[in-house]
Amino acid sequence: MSSSNSGPSAPAGLSFSRPAPDTLCVRFGGAWKLGSRRPAFSEFEKALTPDVRRLVFDTDGLEDWDSLLVTYVLRIVKSCRARDVAVDQGGLPEGARRLIALSTAVPRRKDAARKVTKRSFLFIVGEDTRAFVLAARDMLTFIGEVSVAFARLVRGRARFRAGDLGLFIMECGAEALPIVSLISLLVGLILAFVGAVQLAVFGAQIYVADLVGIAMVRVLGAVMAGIIMAGRTGSSFAAQLGTMQVNEEIDALQTLGISPIEFLVLPRMLALIVMMPLLGIYSDLMGILGGVIVGVGMLDINLMEYLHQTQNAVRLTDFWIGVFTAAVFGVLVSLSGCLRGMQCGRDSAAVGQATTSAVVTGIVAIIVATSLITIACNMVGLN
Amino acid sequence: MNAEAVIKVRNVTMAYGGFVVMRDLTFDIRHGDIFIIMGGSGCGKSTLMKILVGLKPPAAGEIFYHDTNFWQLPPGGRKDIMKGVGVTYQSGALWSAMTLAENVALPLETYTDLSADEIAELVSYKLSLVGLAGFESYYPSEISGGMRKRAGLARAIALDPEIVFFDEPSAGLDPISSRSLDDLILQIRDSLDATVVMVTHELPSIFAISNNSVFLDAETRTMIASGDPHTLLRESKNPKVRAFLTRGEKQ
Repeated sequence: MSSSNSGPSAPAGLSFSRPAPDTLCVRFGGAWKLGSRRPAFSEFEKALTPDVRRLVFDTDGLEDWDSLLVTYVLRIVKSCRARDVAVDQGGLPEGARRLIALSTAVPRRKDAARKVTKRSFLFIVGEDTRAFVLAARDMLTFIGEVSVAFARLVRGRARFRAGDLGLFIMECGAEALPIVSLISLLVGLILAFVGAVQLAVFGAQIYVADLVGIAMVRVLGAVMAGIIMAGRTGSSFAAQLGTMQVNEEIDALQTLGISPIEFLVLPRMLALIVMMPLLGIYSDLMGILGGVIVGVGMLDINLMEYLHQTQNAVRLTDFWIGVFTAAVFGVLVSLSGCLRGMQCGRDSAAVGQATTSAVVTGIVAIIVATSLITIACNMVGLN
Repeated sequence: MNAEAVIKVRNVTMAYGGFVVMRDLTFDIRHGDIFIIMGGSGCGKSTLMKILVGLKPPAAGEIFYHDTNFWQLPPGGRKDIMKGVGVTYQSGALWSAMTLAENVALPLETYTDLSADEIAELVSYKLSLVGLAGFESYYPSEISGGMRKRAGLARAIALDPEIVFFDEPSAGLDPISSRSLDDLILQIRDSLDATVVMVTHELPSIFAISNNSVFLDAETRTMIASGDPHTLLRESKNPKVRAFLTRGEKQ
């Protein structure tokens, strides 16, 4: 930096001399550049004997230098200050002197450094419990706010843009059809395959139609659609709202007196809650189609016979339970996506965490809800 | 001042798709300059900076770093040149998942084979240069906007660059912080013997530290003036340049 030379320069060198009995002269030579090896600091410490009271620098042999030299000198200065040795920086290149002055101009913030405290097991348990309670409270608050927003919607007083709702309905509905078709068809196929092998032992292949029909319509259609929507739409809600949080867009709504829950959360939730039962029904049909492919193609069951068998097996009650389950999933997936998005921190890493958390929360909620609905149906005799 | 030109811009045209933003830009940035790219909002100042730092290719024309034709190089060659160039962005653009120390350390870890201790020492030194000694373990979200800009500068000068680019360094800062950032830029230029290229329309900054500039005009889509802003203020006859440099006040 101080002098640009084209040829290869000598490596960083360090030597010492004693121009006076109480003075140590530190001589820098060669090129002190980032990327080259510099002499160990212990060499200097060895040379700094207790009788040294003054330290000077000699840089006549220095060919080139950068931060590597400055950090070394800063260490020397620090070490000398600790031992009350006077340092004369006159021999250093002017640029290096300025950099040293600049780097010591603002004193190190003592209180800025973090205190690392060892936390006891009890402390950690307590802290995590507290965090859990707070998170539960946040979730309840959010659910409360959303309920209020829905109540306002019913009374026709909620404020959001109808265009947004249409857009979200398209996103949660039509645009999700290809992936829902593929996954549900394959689940139907797999179910039929596995069932067929077992049922063939008893010569009861025809019951594949019952198996696939009931399983898909009553629970699997809704679960498949729910999990797909948690991964596809719940995460996208969280990412959208999280990014809006980072860009202060949500603050802007609040300062304008517009409720972000009504303006942002409501249309998203409404769209998914409306579309989810429809996606569930679509998923049922696709699953049954998968069963048909195996039944007709592999088990040589007549198409009409298969459909007739399905029609007899699936009751209207199963269908309504499926639709109800899907609607519940719509609430859960959109709620978890929007909740995590609104809770998002203010940086890009937080958006990632919000998205992950939305998917995890959504899927856990789906599984728990499925279990609860199944048990509840059993208890009221809807078998 | 007749220092050697470190960046030569020759007949550069910038465009987004078919839409030409600026054409026929030709100017030199000399060693040791504090060079300002100025002009009204939306005239393409930031786009020009993107072209200079290798983020966006020009639609036509050439850019030379010393005598190397920058955009004719393969991407690997451009990367080698960019090692000697530091860039700071408007909002700091610190990586939010890393502490300040990790932010500054990343270029050092990538381009040098220094030991972890040496890197930690360099990181502390760079942060102390920008007045952030002691803030090593902080995350960008935990410090103020002005501090983020300074931390961005510490990262930009991690590898002792020959040229430092600033995109609107004092935007969003109070006059005193803005002034001290100007001083810092000057001091870093002097002590690192570097060249500074700045996109800004802060007149106090321009007149306090700059000695060379180019003025871009959105209407004619080309540069309408270049040179020392002080000289431009005294001698330029162009009404747009005069209006800009006097904040539109009648004289």
